[in-house]
Amino acid sequence: MWHPRQRQLLAIKAALFALCLAPFAHLVWGVAYDALGANPVEAVTHSTGWWTLFLLCATLAVTPLRRATGANWLQKLRRMLGLYAFFYATLHFITYVWLDQWFDLSAIAKDVLKRPYITIGFTAFLLLMPLAATSTNAMQRRLGRNWQRVHRFIYLIGVFGVLHFWWLVKRDITEPAIFALVLAGLLGVRLFWSLQRRARVTRPAVATSSG
Amino acid sequence: MLIRKPSDLAPSEITSKSVYLRRRAFLGQAVALGLVAPLLPASARSAEARKLSGRKSPFSTSEKLTPYKDVTTYNNFYEFGTGKDEPAVYAPKMKTRPWTVVVDGEVRHKGEFGIEDLLKLAPMEDRIYRHRCVEAWSMVIPWVGYPLSALIKRVEPTGRAKYVAFTTRLDRETMVGTRLPLLEWPYVEGLRLDEAMHPLALLTFGLYGEVLPNQNGAPVRIVVPWKYGFKSAKSIVRITFTEQQPKTAWNEAAPNEYGFYSNVNPHVDHPRWSQARERRIGEDGFFTPKRKTLMFNGYAEQVAGLYAGMDLRKFF
Repeated sequence: MWHPRQRQLLAIKAALFALCLAPFAHLVWGVAYDALGANPVEAVTHSTGWWTLFLLCATLAVTPLRRATGANWLQKLRRMLGLYAFFYATLHFITYVWLDQWFDLSAIAKDVLKRPYITIGFTAFLLLMPLAATSTNAMQRRLGRNWQRVHRFIYLIGVFGVLHFWWLVKRDITEPAIFALVLAGLLGVRLFWSLQRRARVTRPAVATSSG
Repeated sequence: MLIRKPSDLAPSEITSKSVYLRRRAFLGQAVALGLVAPLLPASARSAEARKLSGRKSPFSTSEKLTPYKDVTTYNNFYEFGTGKDEPAVYAPKMKTRPWTVVVDGEVRHKGEFGIEDLLKLAPMEDRIYRHRCVEAWSMVIPWVGYPLSALIKRVEPTGRAKYVAFTTRLDRETMVGTRLPLLEWPYVEGLRLDEAMHPLALLTFGLYGEVLPNQNGAPVRIVVPWKYGFKSAKSIVRITFTEQQPKTAWNEAAPNEYGFYSNVNPHVDHPRWSQARERRIGEDGFFTPKRKTLMFNGYAEQVAGLYAGMDLRKFF
């Protein structure tokens, strides 16, 4: 298996950083040149939401991909993907609060409490915050084993994110269904691993008790 | 033998003055009948043939028009896909000639109307209406058409007729969106007969002084400006007068979200979003707050009487 040297990894990281920034750059350009169609606010809302889900899935795909290929260096890209998911989620949230609701706090509170797709989307965003806040090496060291426990919330965040999308579309569920399938695959493989692990742990125990 | 030179020939001997003075109307009719089209170069033919306008209407709003580009590229017409930009891509492939509209049900004069007959049934009017989508965006559109009541009077509903249903064409070839069972196809919408008879309800053939682009419901649609946009059925092929309330597409798909009436009402939210405000397409900038939605989309003065005594939360 090929492994990048330090400088190569840096180059890969820089390229990924630029790639993940491209949708944002496209939106900024689109707003500046009025190139986002008839309803630019809707376009920004949908785009930032879509990229949040995409990057959440990409983050969750790192470990399965690493294990399947043995390319352990992929793990070093995971934090950036996760932070970019948070970046687009934040833009999505700001678009809603500012451009859609124009800081009308009572309308926002009503939405969050009354409308399930907003309730669940808002919850997912809140859950994403501690993950972003504890993403540094220092926090990882400080939290020790708890770090992984905290960051397993990403599974729930992914599910909430897809539900948020699913519940808001009017009739055509094609896109949320695709995200749901991808997410089911990414979580399913983890479930499979954990069952496998449990079987490996229990099998010797069974052997001793019978012997 | 006297051979006249061309100069001896008075133009009036060939074309009577009355016809000469009506030449624009004559040409317009000839264009509508398709007589002139084959004689013109393609570019002029399409430009001439597309023209359609009428007299001014006191029902028109003086608000700023939504740009033509936005009106014709940001559409909900699920038969051509659920993306707002998809109808403008796929709908042009639909053929709108020949086109007939069947009128049946509880009427004395059942039958078929060719689109050419419908175009001549009543004088055209230019009507600038507000258009409010159930998705909380709005436009201001200069429609061309005449009151739906003109057609209804012509076909004479019987005493049993209480509702009118409008069926949209179902063309599986060009309507790529109908491959998914998103709604019951063909699309059916309906009105109470008194709503359909209201002078604001417009049988519509054009916009911006031209015949309707396909994505906007060519060749004939209705426009009911005090209701959410989906009530205004497009590309109509059948008009049925009924005693019972017709089953309508969105109401059947999600009865708790889309009522049969679906009058624009800022006080009754869609279960998933607020209807209190709307974004005016093409006019409200990126950093502009949404504007307040008006009761009956600002047509309360004209139409509120239709719903006197009704609980509009129940009959939403």
